[in-house]
Amino acid sequence: MAKQRVLIVGGGLAGLAATMKLAELGIAVDLMSITPVKRSHSVCAQGGINSVNDQTRQLGDNEWKHFDDTIYGGDFLNHQPPVNEMALWAPKVIDLMDRLGVTFNRTPEGFLDRRRFGGTLYKRTAFAGATTGQQLLYALDEQVRRWEVEGLVKKYEAWDFMSPILDDAGVCVGAVAQDIVTMELRSFRADAVVVATGGCGLIYGRSTMSMTCTGSAASRCLQVGAKYGNGECIQVHPTAIPGADKLRLMSESARGEGGRVWVPRTPQDSRSPKSIPEAERYYFLEERYPAYGNLVPRDIATREIFNVCVNEGLSVEKDRQCVYLDLTHIDAAELTRKLGGILDIYQKFQGVDPRYTPMKIFPAVHYSMGGLWTDYQRTEEGRLEVGSPKNQVTNIPNLYAVGEVDYHYHGANRLGANSLLSCIFSGLFLAPGLETLLKNVPEGQAAHERPQSLYDTALAKQADRHQSLLKNTGGENPYLIHQELGNVMTKAATVVRVNEQLENAIGVVHDLGERVKRCSLSDTGSWSNQNVLFTKALQDMFPIAKAILKGALQRDECRGAHYKPAFELPGLTSENYEERHQQAEQWCDKFQENVDKFLKSTIATIDADGEPTITYEEVDTSLLPPRPRLYGLVGADIIEKVWKERTSAKQAAAKAAKAAEVAS
Amino acid sequence: MIAHSEETPSRPKPQSFTVKVLRKNGPGQPSYWAYFTIPYEPELNVISVLQKIAARGQEDGGKKCAPVCWDCNCLEEVCGACTMVINGKVRQSCSALIDVLLDEHGSTLELRPMTKFPVVRDLMVDRSRMFQALKKVKAWVPVDGYYDLGPGPKQSMAAQEAAYPLSECMTCGCCLEACPQYSKIELDQQSGESTEAFQERKAETFDANFVGPHAISQVVLFNMNPTGEMNKRERMDAITDEGGIQVCGNAQNCVAVCPKHIPLTRSIAKIGRDATFHTLKKWFDWS
Repeated sequence: MAKQRVLIVGGGLAGLAATMKLAELGIAVDLMSITPVKRSHSVCAQGGINSVNDQTRQLGDNEWKHFDDTIYGGDFLNHQPPVNEMALWAPKVIDLMDRLGVTFNRTPEGFLDRRRFGGTLYKRTAFAGATTGQQLLYALDEQVRRWEVEGLVKKYEAWDFMSPILDDAGVCVGAVAQDIVTMELRSFRADAVVVATGGCGLIYGRSTMSMTCTGSAASRCLQVGAKYGNGECIQVHPTAIPGADKLRLMSESARGEGGRVWVPRTPQDSRSPKSIPEAERYYFLEERYPAYGNLVPRDIATREIFNVCVNEGLSVEKDRQCVYLDLTHIDAAELTRKLGGILDIYQKFQGVDPRYTPMKIFPAVHYSMGGLWTDYQRTEEGRLEVGSPKNQVTNIPNLYAVGEVDYHYHGANRLGANSLLSCIFSGLFLAPGLETLLKNVPEGQAAHERPQSLYDTALAKQADRHQSLLKNTGGENPYLIHQELGNVMTKAATVVRVNEQLENAIGVVHDLGERVKRCSLSDTGSWSNQNVLFTKALQDMFPIAKAILKGALQRDECRGAHYKPAFELPGLTSENYEERHQQAEQWCDKFQENVDKFLKSTIATIDADGEPTITYEEVDTSLLPPRPRLYGLVGADIIEKVWKERTSAKQAAAKAAKAAEVAS
Repeated sequence: MIAHSEETPSRPKPQSFTVKVLRKNGPGQPSYWAYFTIPYEPELNVISVLQKIAARGQEDGGKKCAPVCWDCNCLEEVCGACTMVINGKVRQSCSALIDVLLDEHGSTLELRPMTKFPVVRDLMVDRSRMFQALKKVKAWVPVDGYYDLGPGPKQSMAAQEAAYPLSECMTCGCCLEACPQYSKIELDQQSGESTEAFQERKAETFDANFVGPHAISQVVLFNMNPTGEMNKRERMDAITDEGGIQVCGNAQNCVAVCPKHIPLTRSIAKIGRDATFHTLKKWFDWS
């Protein structure tokens, strides 16, 4: 096993967790990242990391409830055994991070402090100030540095992953990558390649994601035959600060403390916001949802803000979509006391003090629930088999995916403070499986024993791509195409999805995809050429963009973050009890029909032209039967009752059938 | 807290402004100024200006040019990548707002690469020496391993509040740019020298020179941790070695430029005192 190596691509939480655990198992790791790993996108996570803990346990919480909240939050599109395993490991993951020196906030007695997050009733979330992701990443970065000194980890920072290398049987045996400083292309031999490259927010132009989150690494796996799951499931956060370069998050707590959302009734009113009289302001959330006001659930807030700007044309600005989030009616000293930290972020990046001037905010693409399809080995009782090489493997043997780039933990919608957990968990859990894989490599099949020609061919292909891009004279500008792609994706495939718009977007993206092949570079040099690297990443955004659009078009339902009003099940209308009950029965029939038809993973594969084919796969819902998410729906109580009766009847019947089977 | 007024007084904004970039095509090549006139828009930052320059692909006067090369990632001032010298001040370019810069400096924006690190190209520099310093001072908690061994030691709120600011260091390099004791080391791979041998020579040279305030502060952070304290001695050996704490000239520039307001001079003072004890203890151990 001495010469065996694992190549990890991406050094965020998932990649670093995998690296450090593999090193502990004595396995040599090449860790490749386009950026120094300490600067990975995980640093942007603010809120915290979830687990059941001693205190919540005594209030009735347990791992099963964490699992249930995650599945319910994901609208049942998550695979249940991996989520179950993750929830069971969560307390241990936090204990480990605590031992590694993460500066978690403490209680007066010295325990880890916890806060409450969305989608749960329990205070499960451990946090380190407002920079939990940064703190967790640093702890893992430090451990990996320790292994680097020990000699088990070799870092390749400032290398861009270009493609996995497959042998004739379709097994992954390494990768081609490019040094982003010297532009050297080289092949890496590896007995397993692990992709841990995060989300694909840059397909939307600007998002809350970092500049490296292009999705290009995932796309490069797709282009050699990997499957992509649930691409259309993209989480949009309701309140972000629109910037010319990036959309930065504005915490929900601004509304929690009394912030009011409004637009001028006159479209693009040029007066300063404070001089617009009350009567000429449209407090659309308060008017439309008198009971909840500005604190409607997150998805509704997102949809309404989007709607008022995009469909009603009431954006505050003409060229940019945004609404006011107004705190100026609250005393400045009180604001500083309660919201100082987040208001300072707004001031830092906008140069405007939100205590005195209303903030301008808009929803922003935030997280990719979808990603590379990965497998797992289920146990009888619905957990994962520790040490199985099937865990986290893509459909390409020996090519693995962990972290945000994998698809099966968050279903159609991710719960707050679960992303840091899934990244660290999947990274750690992968390692023993790889150990098993490496121990069982057939004679003569180890990467270091493979013929050089395999690597030379793959390298030559990438060298060709590089050279032909440099010589391209088609006249297209990659930066402008990226803006156009971002605009069309943001318009069609974020908050509200309409089939005509998606069909139209598919056409536009197809045309852009043709134009992107004809990019002329303004830099044709061979030293630190960011122009050519960006253009490659941009071209590789297209297969995933197309998979997102097609997946969204074909999913004619509402599920989690995927919202299609034309296919929404309406609330109950009758006031009469009998009729209402009947309506609830019909509602449940329709819901069941929908479950049968759409509770499936969308699986995209890409042909040689980068066009996606969509198929569907069953989701493992064996642990927790699907139930409707009814928040705010008229008649929710009665629907819930009917659905519960049906589920228990079904479970009783299944039990009886099983008993009869045993008896016979 | 932040100074404010209801209507912030500011200079009238120009129609356009000039961005002056100190460019360099690669190591060993000459530096030169390039000029770009950018139409004014509200709410720009230095990153978005560089993005506009990339999309345009030409200098003032119409001469075609490659996009300006620079480092960035998070654009929220937490990753540390996009540090450069902007109108004479070292800082992150994501949080450098054009409206504010125009108010302070008039209609010219000047961008230079940091001077304490080798320029890779244009505004991009090689800060690998900073990460080498973290290796030298053993900036980690030496845990037994990653199996489930229960929670870490209990810690007081006060201890967390002292450690947290130190752990916000994003290795951005501002403190080193401002430090008079930290000078640039630029090494070239010699012909016939393997990449591994070159890396080793670089690490040795870096280790023999000043580690810098960021690394000194990390020593404080890990010596403070209840488990980290167990190998405090090794860290103190490293920080009192060649290129260690004794090189600091106490100019106190570092703390003034730190974007995270890390109390670097307090860390330096702490290590200064600990170093004295450490050296004395070593004497007694040996006697």
